[in-house]
Amino acid sequence: MNFPFLSVITFLPILGMVIVLLLNKERTKAIQTTAVVVTGLQVLLAVVIALGFNASLPGINNEATMQFTERLPWISIPQTPWFGEIRIDYFMAIDGLSMPMVVLTALISFLAVFASFSVNKSIKGYFVMFLLLDAGMMGVFCAIDMFLFYIFWEVMLLPMYFLIGIWGGPRREYAAIKFFIYTLAGSVLLLLVMIGLYFTTVDPATGAHTFNMISMMHPAENMKEGLFATLHSTPRMLAYIALFIAFAIKVPVFPFHTWLPDAHVEAPTAISVILAGVLLKMGTYGMLRISFPIFPEFAVYFQIPLMIFGFVNIVYGALCAMAQTDFKKLIAYSSISHMGYVILGMAALNVQGMTGAVMQMFNHGTITAMLFLLVGVIYDRAHTRGLNEFGGLYNKMPLYSFFTVIAFFAAIGLPGLSGFVSEAFVFLGAFQANPFWTVLSTLGIVLGAGYMLWTFQRVFMGTLPEKWEAVMSDVSPREIFTLAPLAIIILFLGVYPSPALNMMTTSLDHLVRFVKASAPAGQAFLGGF
Amino acid sequence: MPDIIFQSTKHFWPEITLALTFIAAMIFEFATKKRTTGTGILVLLGLAAALVQLPSAPSEPVSIFGGMYAIDPFSTFFKYVIIVTGMVVVLFSFQSQELKKESGHTGEYYCFIAAVTFGMVLMTGSSNLVMIYLSIELVSITSYILAGFSKSLRRSSEAALKYVIFGALSSGIMLYGMSLIFGLTGTLDLSGIRTALASGHAVTTGWSFAALMAAIVLMLAGFGYKVSVVPFHFWTPDVYEGAPITITAFLAVASKAAVFAVMIRFFYVAFFDNMLASTGVYSSFRNVDWSMILAVLSVLTMTLGNFVAIWQDNLKRMLAYSSIAHAGYMLMGVVVMSNFGLSAIMLYFVMYFFMNLGAFYVVMVIADKIGSENIDDYRGFGKRAPIISVGLSIFLISLTGLPPTAGFVGKLFLFSSVMASQFIWLAIVGVLNSVVSLYYYARVLKNMYLREAPDGDESPIVFSKVTSAVVILFIIPNILLCFFYQPVLTFAQRSIAILLPGL
Repeated sequence: MNFPFLSVITFLPILGMVIVLLLNKERTKAIQTTAVVVTGLQVLLAVVIALGFNASLPGINNEATMQFTERLPWISIPQTPWFGEIRIDYFMAIDGLSMPMVVLTALISFLAVFASFSVNKSIKGYFVMFLLLDAGMMGVFCAIDMFLFYIFWEVMLLPMYFLIGIWGGPRREYAAIKFFIYTLAGSVLLLLVMIGLYFTTVDPATGAHTFNMISMMHPAENMKEGLFATLHSTPRMLAYIALFIAFAIKVPVFPFHTWLPDAHVEAPTAISVILAGVLLKMGTYGMLRISFPIFPEFAVYFQIPLMIFGFVNIVYGALCAMAQTDFKKLIAYSSISHMGYVILGMAALNVQGMTGAVMQMFNHGTITAMLFLLVGVIYDRAHTRGLNEFGGLYNKMPLYSFFTVIAFFAAIGLPGLSGFVSEAFVFLGAFQANPFWTVLSTLGIVLGAGYMLWTFQRVFMGTLPEKWEAVMSDVSPREIFTLAPLAIIILFLGVYPSPALNMMTTSLDHLVRFVKASAPAGQAFLGGF
Repeated sequence: MPDIIFQSTKHFWPEITLALTFIAAMIFEFATKKRTTGTGILVLLGLAAALVQLPSAPSEPVSIFGGMYAIDPFSTFFKYVIIVTGMVVVLFSFQSQELKKESGHTGEYYCFIAAVTFGMVLMTGSSNLVMIYLSIELVSITSYILAGFSKSLRRSSEAALKYVIFGALSSGIMLYGMSLIFGLTGTLDLSGIRTALASGHAVTTGWSFAALMAAIVLMLAGFGYKVSVVPFHFWTPDVYEGAPITITAFLAVASKAAVFAVMIRFFYVAFFDNMLASTGVYSSFRNVDWSMILAVLSVLTMTLGNFVAIWQDNLKRMLAYSSIAHAGYMLMGVVVMSNFGLSAIMLYFVMYFFMNLGAFYVVMVIADKIGSENIDDYRGFGKRAPIISVGLSIFLISLTGLPPTAGFVGKLFLFSSVMASQFIWLAIVGVLNSVVSLYYYARVLKNMYLREAPDGDESPIVFSKVTSAVVILFIIPNILLCFFYQPVLTFAQRSIAILLPGL
């Protein structure tokens, strides 16, 4: 067996967590160093994995072409007369869909550690929770066994609850429990579908039911009888809808989005960064990894409604963002808008749209992480995030303004920055699928430019209020260290997106073909729209 | 006749050991008035002696004492849960300050624990209505005394009184149900009832079907009282809140296990699926959707338990409602009445044992320290008593059923068994209920971690090393059983064999 890269990258934070737990809570420096080292190693590993990643292998529903595969029997209970064998594998692997997410998770976690240095309340507890969260996120993107996936998916909830609830802003209790209840409500639906899929799927090799997601993607061979065995049947439709809700809560898709602004506003900077940078992607990743390939016929059937959800997210998010006076809330709503592009792109069900969607997941991760870090910078100085309370920061903080310009324009989708590439692909794909909703969705770009530029005007133009004269200093080296890598990635992928695109296209092309091929043309819901 | 007795006694040693323990503890208590802990140790040893005899139980179901009592893997499984719970409760009691206040009586307390454990063990194997009634009464009467053991506490006496009144009523109802069944079938033996109904030997007049229905409903109500199924749950919160916390823990785990065992045996042996073969008036039995009736009870129980728990300020009382909710979850396994459902219930009991006893233990040691079980008084505990707080958090998360805890696996298999029997709506209600339950469990976490102590007090609350060790001992299985539940599940699957007639 080869070196277990995925296990190491996933469980490294757990090791870090144990080390932090063993350290005395007074030893702040040691605790922070541990977190830096662990997440730094994670980035290193992610780079090694990315370099060793073979972009020409499709993966998705093809077990042989998944990469860095680790498969060990985990729970194995031999056959009883009245109940088949129970087998759950520890099955980790990646393909072109998860590869960008693994890189993103490692990168954002690493940068978030630096943003966490401003935390000064029970530092030990903070990093314990932070590292546990990190492990959960990484695990979600590496797990191929659905049981394992679910465990990682849920493991994140508790640390997130505490991270928002203990280290958050004034309304943290409300925000934390709201996040917890919303996401749990989603995940229990996922749990039920998972159980149903388990009883339907049989692994031909062992004859036992299986949680292996790849087996679930081959209904003809592996789903002979059971709840979800018949394609186009009502149970499968309900399962698709349940999964959609489960993932939509995480994305979040309107109308399940209300936890997000609360959580973002109350969470400490680093956690907002993680939340926007990685956590939201788990929703769309889940759709692409589970909903689409396991229920392909309904991915096709519900294509137009999904596009409409995308459209609503884009425009609703943008309109809400426009009305905000709190910097963080503005970015939270802009996240909703930008995740709408992801939904729109994947609903296109063609390779351009899909590539745009996954690219947008990555780019939104970096851009929004940067935006939240930027908000963190002024919040640390002024202890307020009111947009109308600032002005004229351009003169006072030139370097800060420079980074902000990059992030803002990337968010708007200016050519030459990474946001443009993904949005262009999304629209390219979506237009082929349905011009009507795509054209309407472009409204989001206009609105996006509107609120971003307006914000820029309010904060950076004009004159600096007296009271900020003394406190506002330009970005510190530590802050530059967190912002610069993101800026570089944004610029680099804006000019030369091929490394990222190459990583994912083979898999996504395969996913699209596979979804379309296994869903024979039939009537589509709201097909006339 | 003596032959039967000798043959039977061979398998009956764990029960005999328990009975002897009870008698020995009583004599010991009389002989040495003051050495109360000694009685406890004696009881502990007795329980341990009974426990070590369990593995030698026959792997095939055996009927002993002329059909009065069944020894089968099913009952053995529950005996393990009950006896181990009894031992843990005795150990907890050594540490409880609440009991120490009642000076001079703690010896009796341990005697009664032996008696109640004996009764519960008898319940798991009873296969005759009289035997069922006697064992339930043995448990009930002893529990009444134990619930009221903190005599100086008003709420304890109130709890005992309520328990007596409700309990007596439920016993009466159950007894009436039994008499109807006896009248109709002419037998008290569970497998005899099954045969009588199936072969048409039972009395068949125009009203007999209605009478049988009434009898079953009465029996269900009786069992329902004991496991606090809605709408028969009213005694539970008061008794759980008022009783000494060790007894609350005992009732919540062991008593529930015993009643579930006897209830499952009663319905499984006497009434399920044999009704498909019944003839004459009883053939309409087929059309009664028993699963649906149980499913509705299960939904009512978990929903009410969870929703009412939200409003509780006293943690002990909240755990009482949560235990009502958990009875509802476990009923789901009875609803499907499949082997899978049975093994899921058994698995759940093991998980429930660890999470619930852990939670009650923490509530007990905290109450001993700060003299309160109020959730608001837990503010700032996360900082002041880290190990205890982490422990309680894990137990509560386990009760919610989130990974990576044992409770998740328990729920996973319960829901799986329900899904496997195509009761999808029930599974949906079940999972949504666990979302609701998160809200009140998280409230404890909120007070412990998200809030500061009211007076800004951050001085650590020191718990003894033993306490921390016990908490850690309970944390370990709660985490470990999420990942390595294989032995428990295998054991549960092997233990589904219930003694059936003609098998």
